[in-house]
Order: sequence, then C-alpha cells, then structure tokens
Amino acid sequence: MSTTSTTLEHAAPPGAGPRAFVQRLRQGDEVAHVITLVFAAAILLITSLLVYELWIQSHLSRAKFGWAFFWTSIWDPNADDFGALPFIYGTLVTSIVSLIIAVPLGLAAAIFLAELAPRKLSDGVAFLIDLLAAVPSVIYGLLGIFIVVPLMRTVIGPVLKSVLGVLPTFQGPNYGVGFLTAGIVLAIMVVPFIISVSREVLLTVPRDQREAALAMGATRWEATWQVVVPWARTGIMGSIFLALARALGETMAVTMVIGNNPKVSASLFAPGYTIAAVIANEFTEATGDLYLSALIELGLVLFLMTFILNGLARLLIVATERGGGHPA
Amino acid sequence: MKKAALSILLLLCLAVIVGAQNLAINAAGATFPYPIYSKWFDVYHSQHSNIQINYQSIGSGGGIRQLTAGTVDFGASDMPMNDDQMKEFQSKNGCGVLHFPTVIGAVVPTYNVPKVSADLKFTQKAISGIYLGTITKWNDPEIVKANPGVALPKDDIVVVHRSDGSGTTFIWTDFLSKASGDWKSKVGSGTSINWPVGLGGKGNEGVSGLLKQTPDSIGYVELIYALQNNIPFGLVQNADGKFVKATLDGVTAAASRAAKSMPDDFRVSITNEAGATSYPISSFTWLLIPDKFKDTGKRDAIKVFLKWMLSDGQQYNEALSYAKLPKGVADKELKAISKIQ
Amino acid sequence: MSQARLVWRKSLNAVMLTLTGVAAFGVVSILFLILGYLIWNGGRSLNLDFFIQLPKPVGETGGGMANAILGSLKLLFLAALMGLPVGLLAGVYLAEFGGKVFTFVIRYTTDLLNGVPSIVIGIFAYTLLVLPVKHFSTLAGGLALAVMVVPITVRSTEEFLRAIPGSLREGAMALGASQWRTIASVVLPAASGGIVTGMLLSLARVAGETAPLLFTAFSNRYWSPGWTQPIASLPVMIYTYAIAPYDDWHRQAWAAGLILLGLVLLANMGCRLVLSRKGMTRSV
Repeated sequence: MSTTSTTLEHAAPPGAGPRAFVQRLRQGDEVAHVITLVFAAAILLITSLLVYELWIQSHLSRAKFGWAFFWTSIWDPNADDFGALPFIYGTLVTSIVSLIIAVPLGLAAAIFLAELAPRKLSDGVAFLIDLLAAVPSVIYGLLGIFIVVPLMRTVIGPVLKSVLGVLPTFQGPNYGVGFLTAGIVLAIMVVPFIISVSREVLLTVPRDQREAALAMGATRWEATWQVVVPWARTGIMGSIFLALARALGETMAVTMVIGNNPKVSASLFAPGYTIAAVIANEFTEATGDLYLSALIELGLVLFLMTFILNGLARLLIVATERGGGHPA
Repeated sequence: MKKAALSILLLLCLAVIVGAQNLAINAAGATFPYPIYSKWFDVYHSQHSNIQINYQSIGSGGGIRQLTAGTVDFGASDMPMNDDQMKEFQSKNGCGVLHFPTVIGAVVPTYNVPKVSADLKFTQKAISGIYLGTITKWNDPEIVKANPGVALPKDDIVVVHRSDGSGTTFIWTDFLSKASGDWKSKVGSGTSINWPVGLGGKGNEGVSGLLKQTPDSIGYVELIYALQNNIPFGLVQNADGKFVKATLDGVTAAASRAAKSMPDDFRVSITNEAGATSYPISSFTWLLIPDKFKDTGKRDAIKVFLKWMLSDGQQYNEALSYAKLPKGVADKELKAISKIQ
Repeated sequence: MSQARLVWRKSLNAVMLTLTGVAAFGVVSILFLILGYLIWNGGRSLNLDFFIQLPKPVGETGGGMANAILGSLKLLFLAALMGLPVGLLAGVYLAEFGGKVFTFVIRYTTDLLNGVPSIVIGIFAYTLLVLPVKHFSTLAGGLALAVMVVPITVRSTEEFLRAIPGSLREGAMALGASQWRTIASVVLPAASGGIVTGMLLSLARVAGETAPLLFTAFSNRYWSPGWTQPIASLPVMIYTYAIAPYDDWHRQAWAAGLILLGLVLLANMGCRLVLSRKGMTRSV
C-alpha cells in the first residue's frame, strides 16, 4: 500500500488493500458531505439568528405596548409613545396602489410575450425586462424625485382631481409627494417580476388547451383570456404575491417620494410613511432604547408580512409549474 | 479577468496600508452647522494631513444617540442634552459629556410662494398658527395684516418640517413654545415632535430640497441653507414686537445676554431674547465631547482641534453666515478643554 | 351566431391584442427612458474629477466621489468573500448530497432569506456587528451585503449543478472516482460557467443596495482606512446628494447614478447573454 492521497492517478491496483482504499474514498466523501452540510446549515443559522435578534431587540417595545402597537396611530418620540398603524397603513396602501397599476400592465405584457409574440421577440423583450428588474432602488428614487414628483404635481394630480375629485381618495392638497407617487414608482419596480413569472407560467400551459379552444371557434383573445390564463391562474397569483412582497419591503425609492408624514389619510395625494421608510430615516437617530426597540419591532412586523407572502407565492407558483392548473 | 482581479486586490491592499497611517475620528450630528463643520474639518485636514475627522450630518437626535451608543467619537447637536440624556450617557459610558458651543446660527422661515417676491413679515401668532394647522391659506388675515401691499394668493400653505430627530426642530419649537401658549401645551419642544401638519424632509438639506420643489410651501432651515440655495426667507417678530430679518448682527445681539452670564456647562437657550435688534430664532450649537477618552491619540487630536476651532476656526464663520462666538464665551471654553481626560 | 356578435368578438380581439402589445412595449420603453434620462443628466456631469477627487465641503461646487467608488468595491469584495463560498458550498450540498427533508428545509429557508427586505437585513447586521463593537464599519456593511448574496448564489449554483446530466457523473464514477472527486473535477467545472455568472449577478444585485448600508457602513467624506471604519458607497452618496438642495450635488448624484446603473446593467447583460448562449434560462 503506497499512496497516502486519494487521487485517481494513484488508485491502488485492484487487490492491493481495497478495503483501506475504499474507506479513504468514503472518508473523502464524508468530509465533503460534512463541509457542504455545515455551509448549508449556516443558512439556517443565519435566518434563525435574524429572527432571534429581531425578537430580542424589540422586547422593550413589545413589553410596553403589546398588541396595541398594531392599532395605535401615535408616533411621538418625545413622549416615548409609539404605534405602528400609520406605517402599516402606508405600507399596505402604497403596495396595493402599485399592484392596481402593475397587475393589468404586467399581465397584459406577459400575455403578449407568451401568446402572441414570435419566440425570438418574446425572448428578447423578456431579456430587456429582466434588465429593468436589475435597476437599483435608489436610481428609481432619483428618477422619482426629479421626474415623477413634478409630473404628479403639474399633470397627473390636477387631471385626477378634475376627473375623480369627488372621491375622498383624490381630495386634499396635492404636493407632488405622497401615497400615489410612491405607488406609481413601486408599480414600475414590481412590474418586471409580474411579467417574467407570469410569462414563464403561461408558457407552461399545454398547447392542446389553446388549440382546443381555437378549434371550437374562439378568437385568439378569447382562447387566451378564457382558457389559457385561467389554467395558469394560480401561478399568476403567485407572481402577484411575489410582487407584493417586493413592494412591501421596498425602502429607498419610497422614502424619497412619500413625504415622510406618519399619518393615516384617506387621500392618495397626502404624504404618508411606510415601515421601511421610517426605519431608514430614523434608525440612526432613535434616541432612547424604547425608540430603537419600537423601530426594530416594526422591522419584525415587516419581516413577518413578507415571510407569509413569499411563502404563499412560492407555493402557488410551484403548484402551477407541477401542472396543477384548473380549467375554467 | 485574472489581471483585473489582481489589480483590484493590490489597490485594496494599498488602501489599507495608506489608510493605516491616518488617525480617523468619527463624528455625527446636527445638520444645522454642517456647512461650517465640513469647512472646518476640510481645512483642518489640509493643515494636519494625518488626522481626518469624518462628520456625518444625520441630525442632532442622531448625534446624541450615536454618541451615547459609542459608535462615534464625538457628537454635535443644536439642542443641549437634557439631564435624562446625560444620565443615560453616564450609565452607558461611565463618564460625563461636555458641551462646547461652536457657532451661533439662525433658523429662518423659508417659503416658496411663486407669485410673491417681497420679504414676508411673520408675526409670532402667524408662525405658530401655520405650524399648528389653524392658519391654512397664504391670504389668511394674520399674514396679510403684517404684509400690507403684498398680494398673497389664496393657495393652501404646504407646511414642511423635519422628519428626523433635529436640533433645528428643537430651536424652532423652543421659539414657538415661547411665542404661543397653545403650541407649548399642545405640542411642546424637542428634537422629534408630533407635528400637527406637514411634510417631512430629512435634514436641513431635505427640507431645503422640498421647499425648492414645492410651490406654496413654508419651512424652517438654518440661515446658510436658505442663502446657498437662494430660497427667500422672511422677517420674524421678536419679543419686543419688531420684525427682524436674520443677520449676523441680529444673532449676535440675541447672544449678548448669554455672553455676559454663560453657565459653566454652556447649556443655554437664546430664543426669543429681549432687545429691539435681537433675532428671535437664534441658537448656539454644541459639540458633545465625552470627558474621558480611552484612546489618548484621539483625545489629544480632539483637544488640539477644539483649540484651533475656538481661535483660527472662528474666522470662517461669517463667510458662511454663522456668528462668531463672543470672546468671553470662547475664553471660557478654552479653559474648559482641560476637563477632557 | 349573429353577424353583429361576430364583429364585436373580432374587434374585441383586435383591441385587446393590440393593448397587450402596447403594454409590453410600454414597459420596455420605460427601461430606455430611465437609461436615456440618466445618460442625458449624468453624462454631462461625468468628468475626471468625479473619479479621482474627494467630496468638497458642503455648498462648494466641484469635488468627486472617488472614495465612494472605492468604497463600493471594498464592500463588494467583502460580500463576495463572505457570501460566495457559503452560497457555493450550500448549493453543492443541495444538488449533490442532500437528503429529502433537509434539502426541502434549506431550500425553503433560502427562499425566505431571499425575500427578507434589505432594510431588515441591515438591522440584523447592525445588531451583530455594530452594536457589540460600538462602531460603524466596512465589515458590518460587507456582512449585510454578504447575507443578501448567499440566497441568490445558492439558488443558481444548485440549478446549474442539477442541469448537469447524470451520465457525466456516472461516467466519472465508473472510472473509480469518489463522489466528492466527481463533483470537484467533473461536475463543477462543467457547471462553472453558469455558477460564475450566477455569482456575478448576485454581486451586481447587491452593488446597488442602499438601505442595509445606511446604519452599518454609514458613510465617510474621506478615504476609509482598513476595514473597521465607516465607508462611503455609491448608492448611499446618490441618496444623500439627491435629497439635498444643492444643484451641484444633484449633478453628482446623476453622474453616480449613471455609473452605478451602467455597471449593474453591463454585468446583467453580459451574464444573461452568456447564459442564454449556453442554453440555460435563469429563474427570477
């Protein structure tokens, strides 16, 4: 038995201590197995540590406010009185507004790319849309401040007011910054996700579904809208949840255009605040441990919201891709 | 690909080696004096190239917090730390904190009313009413009667305030609390308060930015921000009833009483001071320095900087529209430097 | 079927199909609008000073972002150093060694970590690496970015390893190679193109992150010596300058935005082109 390494070239000739050789091979495998296992487990460690830290560091605030934290709308650092309602409200409103804009737009584009466009064009456009998804958030914020805000103030706001001004959502002074502006910027940011996931999901719908509809005399649109899309329904829902989760956690672009005012307002023109934005703005300045703890509790709330949504989204997408679509 | 990686690696190593010779001091705090501080630290660095003082303007609240948490070597604030904050600092760091006034500045009411080019006059009632949300339009009688002959539009006033923990907010609300009993009881003063109305901007910079872009807005910023960005600002009615525009003389006049009787810990408020020429929204701003340092290199560097700041540094104040410290105050501070150990 | 109804259906068909096309091209044109605006505003502001000078005192025009450019490079270096090995080896585990249950758990946790908002990861890095040592630092910023790099790298590594056909593995084992030897000498090299591009994409993704750096790496007006001092970075500078009132700072923010976006897009375009030529698609 001559070798001490387990390289292929020095493999012992058969018969020269095979058991020792095999043992060494297996040990090499064991070692590799263990090493990679440790690193995989590191991910579990990181995630649990994250949840742990969020939980522990927020305990001052949780102890003082309890569940009332969720429906109190005071945010008064001077009086050490904190409530999460304005931020939860702002986070939800901006995300929902962004979905209202992004879902029709994204779904329409996905339908075009999956059903109508020739394959090469579809791939090319999908490529460009993936690039849009890669644009950093702060760049969207930059463009938000200098393009969307003035546009909102001079064009979009007045138009909406004149057409829909009766609704409470479009009343009140229009500053340019506010829920609607944040919603618009968010919509542009999440639409690429809706498009790319929906497109992939639509492409998995079996050909014969389409062809059966067309064979029965449906127009292209009818076949798409009444047969293909419902088949991919769960996957599309998944893409919407993904987009929603992304919108909820978006920080920079929102904080640059939302107006930074912790108030619950009915009007979309009003300035507001989101969880991510208030953490970004006030974290380095939270004077007092309770203040910091309240901000971290907000972080915990945000984490939980995105956790649940992402979990649901993944389930839905996987369910569709495994061929679990239901005909209309 | 390999060559690029190698050169990046070399560059990083170089950065480490080169950087290692420098003494890096970190500070954070008020945005109010940020223009003069950044000028001072820049000039000081060019004279002492091995010392770099990295100052981040995150607001007075942030300065106090980061100083108490120990993540910066010294802080800066336009609001002197109150007794509770000083107790917290003591318990977390095992030593006290000293206040060193650096400059005197003014907080001005800036506005962006497109059809108005004149300097507007604001009574104490007008300002407190606007920020309380009881005065909502530019052509409100309270504003109109102080500005005869100026055509004020009937647009809604867009109120802008700070979204972060701000000493400038403290100075502003300290003045408002003295000007209006209503404000004092409903809102009070502090670095982060529960604003009745308005949009939030981050830092003096953020408020100025919002003002420039939002018509019909009113906000409060340190004087230099209004000047550097060509934002018009108004006159404020002082305790004697006179309308005063923020100038170096007005600010120095406001500080005159304090100059004569400055407390030993240098914590004093000079808003709404008596005197016909006093500008009512003036304030000192302070560097917050711990009185014990573990790192003697940093301690000595900071002490030398303070001496420089109180003598040579003061000559840069007026160019940036901050008033110099009264001589008596500066002398008292020079003596107090020996308290840093 | 009545003629009128047929006409209605046909026109609805035409209208809706056109609308979908409009939507698709509308979204794509946003990309070009963004690029165009940045090139127009940022291109004019790019000069040599931007790359080699430090920021000037507040209110003075001129100066540059040399320290922020180096800062972003240093942070990415740390993110790569700490995050890529974890991502790679965990991906190898999932693809080659994993048992059913544990694999599912790890994969689910990875997806979870991927979905955590970057600001929450910033809080995490703050509690781990800033609070205990009472110091903002490059390390803390690098850690936050590394935590974001891991899930993306794990997913792409696993995907490309799985794409290697079993026949390749079996061939190696038939020649007497052990499992780890197979992976190291045969499977990984075969998948290396995809894996490396996945890594580059993850770095491109975190290069633009701002929120987690706000209270970990903080910022710096000078060069940052070593790894334990606060450090400037391109995204944070863009943010700080954009919300300020100084026109000169706006100008510099556009220029920095152009550089950042240019690098991110180039990395993405390059990587995705390489992948599509190899015939592999990347999931979102």
